[in-house]
Amino acid sequence: MTTAAPPLPVPAGPAPDTADYLLEVRDLRTHFHVMDGTVKAVDGVSFAVKRGETIGIVGESGCGKSVTALTIMRLLDIPPAEIATGEILFEGRDVLALSDREMRALRGNDIAMIFQEPMTSLNPVFTVGNQIAEAVRLHLKVSRREAMDRAIESLRLVGINSPERRVKQYPHEMSGGMRQRVMIAMALSCEPKLLIADEPTTALDVTIQAQILELIRRIQAETGTALMLITHDLGVVAEMVHDVVVMYGGRVVEQGTVDEVLLQPRHPYTEGLLASIPSKGMRGARLNVIKGTVPNPFNMPKGCNFAPRCPYRFEPCPEHDPRIEEGGGPPVACWLWKQAPGHSIPQELHDQQVAAARRAAASNTPATTAVPTYHEAPR
Amino acid sequence: MAEDARPPPRRPGSGITGVLHRRRIAEDLIEEGQEEERDTEVALASMSQWQLAARRFRKHKMAMVGLGIFIFMALSITLVPVFQPYVFQNIPGASKAGGEPPGEVTRLVDGQLQAQPAVFGTTNEGRDVFNLVVNGGRISMAVGVFSMLIAGFVGVVVGTVAGYFGGAIDNMLMRVVDVFFAIPFLFVILVAARFFGRGDVLSLVMIIGLLSWPLIARLVRASFLSLREADFVDAARAVGVGNLRIAFRHILPNALSPVIVAMTLLMANAIVLEAFVSFLGFGIRDTEISWGNALANAQEGIRFGNWWWAFFPGMAIALTVLAINFMGDGLRDALDPRSRE
Amino acid sequence: MSTQPRGGWTNGRPLVEVKNLVKYYPIQSGILRRKVGDVRAVDNVSFDIQHGEILGLVGESGCGKSTLGRTLIRLLPPTAGEAYLGGVDIFAQKGGALKRMRRKMQIIFQDPVASLNPRMPVSDIIGEGLVAQADKTNHWDKGDVREKRVGEYLEIVGLRRDYARRYPHEFSGGQRQRIGIARALALSPEFVVCDEPVSALDVSIQSQILNLLIDLREEFGLTYLFIAHNLSVVQYLSDRVAVMYLGKVVELAPVEQLYADPRHPYTVALLSAVPEPDPRLRKKRIVLRGDVPSPANPPSGCRFRTRCWLFEQLGRPENCVEEEPPLRELGHGQAAACHWAEKINPQAIGRAANQDTTRTGADADDDDGAGVMPVATEPESINAEGAAPRA
Repeated sequence: MTTAAPPLPVPAGPAPDTADYLLEVRDLRTHFHVMDGTVKAVDGVSFAVKRGETIGIVGESGCGKSVTALTIMRLLDIPPAEIATGEILFEGRDVLALSDREMRALRGNDIAMIFQEPMTSLNPVFTVGNQIAEAVRLHLKVSRREAMDRAIESLRLVGINSPERRVKQYPHEMSGGMRQRVMIAMALSCEPKLLIADEPTTALDVTIQAQILELIRRIQAETGTALMLITHDLGVVAEMVHDVVVMYGGRVVEQGTVDEVLLQPRHPYTEGLLASIPSKGMRGARLNVIKGTVPNPFNMPKGCNFAPRCPYRFEPCPEHDPRIEEGGGPPVACWLWKQAPGHSIPQELHDQQVAAARRAAASNTPATTAVPTYHEAPR
Repeated sequence: MAEDARPPPRRPGSGITGVLHRRRIAEDLIEEGQEEERDTEVALASMSQWQLAARRFRKHKMAMVGLGIFIFMALSITLVPVFQPYVFQNIPGASKAGGEPPGEVTRLVDGQLQAQPAVFGTTNEGRDVFNLVVNGGRISMAVGVFSMLIAGFVGVVVGTVAGYFGGAIDNMLMRVVDVFFAIPFLFVILVAARFFGRGDVLSLVMIIGLLSWPLIARLVRASFLSLREADFVDAARAVGVGNLRIAFRHILPNALSPVIVAMTLLMANAIVLEAFVSFLGFGIRDTEISWGNALANAQEGIRFGNWWWAFFPGMAIALTVLAINFMGDGLRDALDPRSRE
Repeated sequence: MSTQPRGGWTNGRPLVEVKNLVKYYPIQSGILRRKVGDVRAVDNVSFDIQHGEILGLVGESGCGKSTLGRTLIRLLPPTAGEAYLGGVDIFAQKGGALKRMRRKMQIIFQDPVASLNPRMPVSDIIGEGLVAQADKTNHWDKGDVREKRVGEYLEIVGLRRDYARRYPHEFSGGQRQRIGIARALALSPEFVVCDEPVSALDVSIQSQILNLLIDLREEFGLTYLFIAHNLSVVQYLSDRVAVMYLGKVVELAPVEQLYADPRHPYTVALLSAVPEPDPRLRKKRIVLRGDVPSPANPPSGCRFRTRCWLFEQLGRPENCVEEEPPLRELGHGQAAACHWAEKINPQAIGRAANQDTTRTGADADDDDGAGVMPVATEPESINAEGAAPRA
């Protein structure tokens, strides 16, 4: 096939002042300039992933979660996309400042990504083994034979039987679940430190999804790879991750451990989302509904971008943007949880307003028994 | 337990009015404030897919340039020959071997010598090349447009029949199409023009049109085959819409996008073909003028260094074809439903 | 036909009766396109749906549930079998009678983008059916009558009347789905096949549509066949549930029964695979080996045996290989197609979930089917279905 390219430069060790954060994203903003205007697909997103840990990025379609991942991997076409501001620090180095060559060394080697549609992510004209071996040879200085051996080994690692035979097969000869396993094998073939999985199981049946999720968990346990899991499925999140970042309209609306966010959601969007999921014990009750639809991406509402749909909305919401501040303050983008600035009202009055908003919401929203209600959440 | 779970049967007919009064169903779907918001939008006209496509086309720079050039050419060949018709007979006293280069020429008008502009120069016989170009354009573009229309019409009909009926009919028609694709196109056109052509526009239009329809037929049929499985077609069948209406109201309009693009390119192709065939002497007869004819005759001039006789008709062809190709690109981008819904 | 009382509860029969329905797709090969086999999409399925009931139909991709729904309302020609709507034979109708029958049975599609013709305005999308079904009593051929009815139904589904002028691309996914619902309902059907109506929608929109479907059922006395692969949604909505695997119904039970006490190994595995949004639940999964066999060549005897944990646990009994298990009654309105349904209990499930379900030795039946080794599970305390979660 191709002759072996000279090995790409090995990235320098981490800068001395890093904590044990593997990946830090700070105030990332990615804009798309299109015919009808500018879309702020990612509008100030910050989070961090520690070594070996799992973080889940949760949100519905259009919230910017996939764009965030693609920005981290720098896989976006720069026009029309534009990384307006922000830092992405991987092991202390600013990813956005790397040259193309350094970035290629990073991709696949240190950070790997798997996508939702395994059929379109695999090249249909090459065998599966070829594709994995290619990824290996790109990053490690090994012979062709050894690369193929590694490919076979990685297929075995992801639980594919008779990998020697499978390695010669083409993607279309495999089922969806098998192809996703191949993708995972390819992603892990160079032992990356971080695996980004963008809706890896959405296109799969639920029993196959169970297989794949178990596989990912096992591999994580064995190799210590950190995982950034992007999904809209809160059930998957509950099973797989330590920390959760909830996104809406390009912004982070809530962050925390999975127990905090799923059992005691603070942001009204998170709460609404959880209450919309039908589950046991909800039969006969009306499902909670988040009124309205996601706002027009060209024309995001002023202030809190969830305000038009929020049952708890009160005065400061359409005026001031309740972003999560770095360093201190609750990790919720909501005026129910912090004092609105420029609003300059005393704490007591603020509390009264918040309580009034909650009462108003409670009288509108039907009681749902499955999810712990908002009112018990600690301040 | 299953027996108890069934709700008591309701009286039909009270449904609608009851619902509209209560609006319980709709209340959590219509958000407050949606009403005011929408009012501003009501004023804006709702755009159909065709209108959206037209808007996308207008924003495509190359396409607009192409359209501009094309319209310019079309207007020129329509209007100018009214004032400067092509005269077949030779102009006495104007012949000059090698013709005269672009600039001014002297002509005998009513017994007096006059200087007349000849922006494109003259031919060996003293004809104004500009006159050739605008008059020749009428025939060349007519061939382009009408053969495109014939090919389009036949192609759409055949493709629709094949796609709609499927089965044996489809098979048979597609084998016919395959035969057409297998024939060496240029040779057939030449042979047909030689033996069936009578040197006029109609023959050429028929020949080119009837040899180009298979491309369109294939495109239409392919669209039919894929659209037949579309959910909205099933939906129409589910409410009882008849097959014929489905074919014409549902499938065909959605199948037209690739066809429109292909037809514009066919038009460009036809213009080149006309030039080719006429150049070899099998196309438009000598008593009339087309771009191809002009090129054929211009070969004589080259010997004398008369480059303008061939250059300007050739440029006209090139420019027209280029303009049509740009338009075709723009149409393809504009009609592609995948771009931005 | 149109004067018959809706609901047909005059004769006491279920609204929908399906008997031995078969739908095969021929596989053709070669230049002459000779038939070399069949894809057995739906293979001898029988069930009833009572008036006003919601029957959920679940299964994974390729199990035939969508095909079943479409064949039932004659969007696809059946290969064999019978189906009755209000006592009338669906498959025997032709021409005008078939068209009139279509009024009573409608469908809502999965894909909100593909189910609306992008080149028709909403008024035509909904109005087209009215035109097709116009007759002397309803006057739907008259423009103003149609306009009024289209407007009414747009409001019923929660959209504004003036949306009728607009084109599908101006709407969001949830709104398009509502247009599709309005289209189906405008004909006042009795029976609606919902073919995964919320699968393509975001979670927060799903709940809107589900609420709408429930309300509409109550208002109009509708009967649904609700096809889905999302078990939580089906559990929430349905009265009874049928589980399909590889063209066959393997279990049919009232919804609470099915989720509390499943009696087919596939149902058990399916239920165990669903992730719950509660991080306290440490669900122990029964991971099925491999992938679904090809519907063109299903396994002999019980089709599920190649992936069945119970088959392994019981030491591979022969009747699973040789006899196809019929869908038999197990009491409490529950039926399952398993020879060993009685052996399913929490202990058996627990053992299966805890165990490595590898077959020792080489894969005998391994084609492009089961080519996957199951993942070794860490020992943790079990949460089999029905057991209380750890606090």
